[in-house]
Amino acid sequence: MRQIITDTIIQAVRKISMEAAYDLGEDVVHAIEEFKKREESPVGKGILDQVLENAKIARNEQAPMCQDTGFAVLFVELGQEVQITGGDFYAAINEGVRQGYKDGYLRKSILGDPLERKNTGDNTPAVIHTEIVPGDKIKITIAPKGGGSENMSEIKMLKPSEGLQGIKDFVIDRVRRSGGNPCPPVIVGIGIGGTFEKCAMLAKKALLREIGHRHPNKFYADLEVELLGKINRLGIGPQGLGGTTTALDVHIEVHPCHIASLPVAVNMQCHAARHKEVIL
Amino acid sequence: MSEKKKINTPLTDDIVAGLKIGDEVLITGNIYTARDAAHKRMVDLLDKGEKLPFEPKGQMIYFVGPSPAKPGKVIGSAGPTTSYRMNAYSPRMIEVGLKGMIGKGEMGPEVAAKLKEKTAVYFVAVGGAAALIAKSITGNELIAYEELGAEAIRKLTVKDFPAIVAMDCHGGNIYKEGIAKYEKK
Repeated sequence: MRQIITDTIIQAVRKISMEAAYDLGEDVVHAIEEFKKREESPVGKGILDQVLENAKIARNEQAPMCQDTGFAVLFVELGQEVQITGGDFYAAINEGVRQGYKDGYLRKSILGDPLERKNTGDNTPAVIHTEIVPGDKIKITIAPKGGGSENMSEIKMLKPSEGLQGIKDFVIDRVRRSGGNPCPPVIVGIGIGGTFEKCAMLAKKALLREIGHRHPNKFYADLEVELLGKINRLGIGPQGLGGTTTALDVHIEVHPCHIASLPVAVNMQCHAARHKEVIL
Repeated sequence: MSEKKKINTPLTDDIVAGLKIGDEVLITGNIYTARDAAHKRMVDLLDKGEKLPFEPKGQMIYFVGPSPAKPGKVIGSAGPTTSYRMNAYSPRMIEVGLKGMIGKGEMGPEVAAKLKEKTAVYFVAVGGAAALIAKSITGNELIAYEELGAEAIRKLTVKDFPAIVAMDCHGGNIYKEGIAKYEKK
């Protein structure tokens, strides 16, 4: 067994919490630059310029690119040959989030109870998804998620008879109804199949994929391209003020499902598509 | 891009009436911050017939919950939050004299009607351009509800704050007209 002490985990999570808030991925920057060239609305083009300029300022000044530094969502791939020592694993992750959000001057947006609505003051607890995998390493990915785009997400249990058309209609309708609210240009994460909760999880995980990378199965890769084209013909445009750049990409993840079911979930992601990972 | 209009706060009927959807503006003066929790408290005060923490006449509210200021900085990153959540509150604020709001995303028909009735305006700032927008904020004074943290009411002093007219006092709505213009059937 390889031993990893919790202090190493705390430091790693602290660091990626801050990096994610300051440093927009190159894939996102590149996609915005490319879409800007083809954007037909002058106002839309101006907005994309502001977004690119903002990413530059955030990186240079180590300032959050968006004031909503999100719910800290962490995906952990824990190697089965790793032994965690020095304390509670989840407490270590939360401590890393606590330190990162405090020392990085990130906004604390988490309420201890959804109805009492009192801020916990340190952006914990994080949402932590853990998977046990072969090997002796730990991979930790943070994907801080803003409220504006999360609020435009939805899951539906379709009837199998609704089929592929039902899925397309649901996705397009969800994006259309979202308008400018999720801060377009967006990335659309889609889960198809599994159970209710598995499907939502697929949609979320789809957002971690790099922009421009297609699903390995050609059928779903083609569906991603088709939906992206349809979404960008809706006219919503940057910030919903009209234009041809509504989504930068569409990512689909699928899972086997029950004979009675056809679940589909859409997780919307704003253009501040933040994620950073570390391998310990 | 068209020429940007410079406007100063407080807003008057004349300034507001001269704005139409799609106008790009640079705002200078004072604006007040408030989002969900602060709005709820303010509307509760109005319901009880009490005074608001600031005089709303001619003023603008920016829907924002900034990130904390780093040492030596006036404010942290400060982009707009989604405005539809304030549909329940903004008409009341306009009734007592508020002249404008800044946020992101479309506001509801109840707000559109009030903009027309009371000659007020709704601007959008670019969501997610929070580090850029913060550069136009030169002053930051806590006004009320410090315990709400990022949701406290602050008076911001802004210089050339970039925004776009999204819903005007003439019934214009950029979300309807802009999207229709670029939609491809």
